[in-house]
Amino acid sequence: MIEGAKWRRWVYFYIPLGLFVFWLLFPFYWMLVTSVRPDRELYRPWMAPNYTPFWTAHPTLVHITDLLTETLFTRWMANTLFIAIVSTVISLFCGLLAGYALSRLKFPGGGALGTGIFITYLVPQTLLFIPLADVIRNFKLGDTPWALILTYPTFLIPFCTWLLMGYFKAIPRELEECARIDGATRWKAMLYIVFPVAVPGILSAGIFAFTLSWNEFIYALVFLSSAEQKTVSVGVTSELVRGDVFYWGQLMAGALLGSIPVAFIYSFFVEHYVAGLTGSVKG
Amino acid sequence: MARVLLRNLNKFYDDVHAVKDVNLEIRDKEFVVLVGPSGCGKTTTLRMVAGLESISSGQVLIGDTVVNDLAPMDRDIAMVFQNYALYPHMSVYDNMAFGLKMRKVDRGDIRKRVQEAADILGIHDLLARKPRQLSGGQRQRVALGRAIVRHPQVFLFDEPLSNLDAKLRVQMRVELKKLHNRLNTTAVYVTHDQVEAMTLGDRVVVMRGGVVQQVGEPLELYNAPVNRFVAGFIGSPAMNFAPARLRDGDGKLHAEASGFGLELPGALAARLRPHTGRDVVLGVRPEDLQIANGSAPPGLCFDAMVEVVERLGAEILLDLQVGQQTMVASVEPSVTAKRGDKLRFALNPERLHFFDAASEAAI
Amino acid sequence: MAISEVVVTQRAFAAAPQRGVATRLLEDERWLAAALLLPTVILLGLFIAYPFVQGVWLSVTDARVGVPGHFIGAANFVALLDDSIFRVAVWNTFIYTAVATVFKLALGLWLALLLNRHFRGKAFTRAFILLPFIIPTVLSTFAWKWMFDPTFSVINWSLFQLGLIHSRINWLGDPGLALISVIIVNVWRGVPFFAISLLAGLQTINPELQEAAAIDGARPWQRFWHVTWPLLLPVTMVVVLFSVIQTFADFQLVYVLTGGGPANATQLFATYAYQIGVGTGLLSEGAAISLAMFPFLLFVVVVQLLYIRRVEVH
Repeated sequence: MIEGAKWRRWVYFYIPLGLFVFWLLFPFYWMLVTSVRPDRELYRPWMAPNYTPFWTAHPTLVHITDLLTETLFTRWMANTLFIAIVSTVISLFCGLLAGYALSRLKFPGGGALGTGIFITYLVPQTLLFIPLADVIRNFKLGDTPWALILTYPTFLIPFCTWLLMGYFKAIPRELEECARIDGATRWKAMLYIVFPVAVPGILSAGIFAFTLSWNEFIYALVFLSSAEQKTVSVGVTSELVRGDVFYWGQLMAGALLGSIPVAFIYSFFVEHYVAGLTGSVKG
Repeated sequence: MARVLLRNLNKFYDDVHAVKDVNLEIRDKEFVVLVGPSGCGKTTTLRMVAGLESISSGQVLIGDTVVNDLAPMDRDIAMVFQNYALYPHMSVYDNMAFGLKMRKVDRGDIRKRVQEAADILGIHDLLARKPRQLSGGQRQRVALGRAIVRHPQVFLFDEPLSNLDAKLRVQMRVELKKLHNRLNTTAVYVTHDQVEAMTLGDRVVVMRGGVVQQVGEPLELYNAPVNRFVAGFIGSPAMNFAPARLRDGDGKLHAEASGFGLELPGALAARLRPHTGRDVVLGVRPEDLQIANGSAPPGLCFDAMVEVVERLGAEILLDLQVGQQTMVASVEPSVTAKRGDKLRFALNPERLHFFDAASEAAI
Repeated sequence: MAISEVVVTQRAFAAAPQRGVATRLLEDERWLAAALLLPTVILLGLFIAYPFVQGVWLSVTDARVGVPGHFIGAANFVALLDDSIFRVAVWNTFIYTAVATVFKLALGLWLALLLNRHFRGKAFTRAFILLPFIIPTVLSTFAWKWMFDPTFSVINWSLFQLGLIHSRINWLGDPGLALISVIIVNVWRGVPFFAISLLAGLQTINPELQEAAAIDGARPWQRFWHVTWPLLLPVTMVVVLFSVIQTFADFQLVYVLTGGGPANATQLFATYAYQIGVGTGLLSEGAAISLAMFPFLLFVVVVQLLYIRRVEVH
């Protein structure tokens, strides 16, 4: 606690904190208000006298319903969900195995491989997207969810591996050694002893991976072309702008609904998400 | 027959020679303790027997089979770790059943064996609990139970009592001894605590720097240590050492140390005479230093000044200044002595140890 | 202790069942490691290593979409040096990265210090402030775009009401302002990441150190500078390096907000590469622009690795 007069607490703590929270959360409030604001209010210029920005007296669900019925939004949500889940599963699978191998086994080239995987995490998608588009075309994966399901792991696996390595390192070796003496083979000890104890790490990695998949944009933008295949991010960007006209009501509704799955999962697993975030930074 | 044979066993970690040419035979049903300071190679040796470390050269035999290339799971051994190594996500029952499940033992048999072990160790009501809900002593019992359930040929113990508080340690020591008597299975036990070694072992192996110093029954090591290290390691408080020189003087053999000189009687002198003129180290245990009451020959007495008096209740430890060195004497609680007193001590020639100053071997 | 001569029989051990070849192989650390790493190596090889090499090849050819290219050496790169838009993009990217990172660090640190105290609703607050980082970037960026809209902007309205401005601010359409607006959104998005990570770092610092310093007479600012900051440095370095890489290669924000305009005021490496490579189909030039990011990124990665290695050694 800040010792001293009450006013100091307000000036140095409550006010700055309040400002931060307001600044960070206001855009979401704005999203919400815009989604339920009828068009005639929406397109009222800010200089007009009856501009009432912070609330609306006539909330309407028309944007949301239009979004769901007149656009392919639900399809985009389904696509994104499918891609995110499968990518996460693939990445967790690879990350678990690779993380275990790199943190628990001694073999030639282990250090180099670990560094190599770390480096690939730092290769941004914007560096690879052009040649990768070519590769995707060659494999005939263009315009299918598989283009993303196979490429998302490229940035999810290094992250999962690294995070899980941190968790594995904290598990005492004696557990596996005891299991191996008790009668388990190396891989059975890994599967029945090490992995179950690392479940918090697996949850953290999985949630983080899901969030990262949902958030990805440039690969989805470049590899998918037909409207039915698009993910939420790409769909909202490309299909809700017709001509040069932005349908802001629907756009904000789309943004709001598109954020819900991630926010939902996040709300249940905040601790795991934070653990994933800080784990990745503390290495 | 479940004896364990170590033949010319060596272990290298890169350039470090951690275990040097260990030869040891552990007989069937014997409880052998490997003891020594940290880094002496005792744990490495144990882990080579378990299969957790590869063997650089030499052989390990369990029964009559060379197990060098066998995976740990195939050696029919069980191990109890210092940190218990209980599987945190499983109940006590599952912890104990794990090994049997891995060997595809029938479920009814598993239940029987677990119950049996739980009865022996008194952990019946703990079977449904998870490790984090158990105290240190309870966890240790579960770890033991997990080992017992497997009915292995050999038990391996890696400092299992080190993590327990002092009182519990003493209690568990007794229980382990009783357990061994009951189960009658070969056991190899590693510890750095010489008290555990002396009380638990049928035979004790003292190791230092990767080399076996001495193997023998506890009392043998206590009474007849083969070198200065073993002499100083076994016994608490540790043996007192004083550098001395053997000198021939008017027909008698004298040992001259800093602050005192001794005249060595017949049998002792005869044994030591070949080393006359050489530097030796004289060793005497604190419990063998008696306050002189006049009946001892003056050639076996010396004076000392009391620096610190430690009253332990059952005995009194006197920290003494004798010439240039300090010694510790353990005397009866009835002795009244205080700091600064000058006392005369008598030595029993049969309780004197001599070691060559250079080689440290007993002479 | 004499070891009696023992005739070693190769009699099969009672408890050692016959193991299949696969099981025995997998008992060996090296084979198991190879098997475990195989899926990862395949995926990363196919979709990172291979495209990277492809990208390098593309950049030294004159390929177009549908038209295979011929080797032309460093011609693309030379052309880029003459390309005024490219030069603007380079300049923009460095400014964007540097300014955004400084603000993210400063504000993130301040927020972390605020959150490091105990107050009611701390857990809630901590959970909510991560939202900008959680919510898909494109979606929250649209909210900002709407907030910046010159005609309908709520920000303009607020500033007008407060008497700070008298006419519209064209946040995204004014070439002088556009980059600043984009930086604001980037900072908005990144502060939570910095704050939470630095908070975690702060929480590992032993409070007794601060107390000892206070007893020794150090003022709050001095305590921060001499006790907290040095101990926080490792975490800070990692977070900053991560963020620099992400920001340098940023695409989504600018694409949504301005598309690179107005008049290339917000053009970055990534958006320009997209415009050239995908927009106009000049694959090889696009690849060259993307690859031009590589030297700087490599430099940052090497610095990070060296720093981590040095910290580990200690």
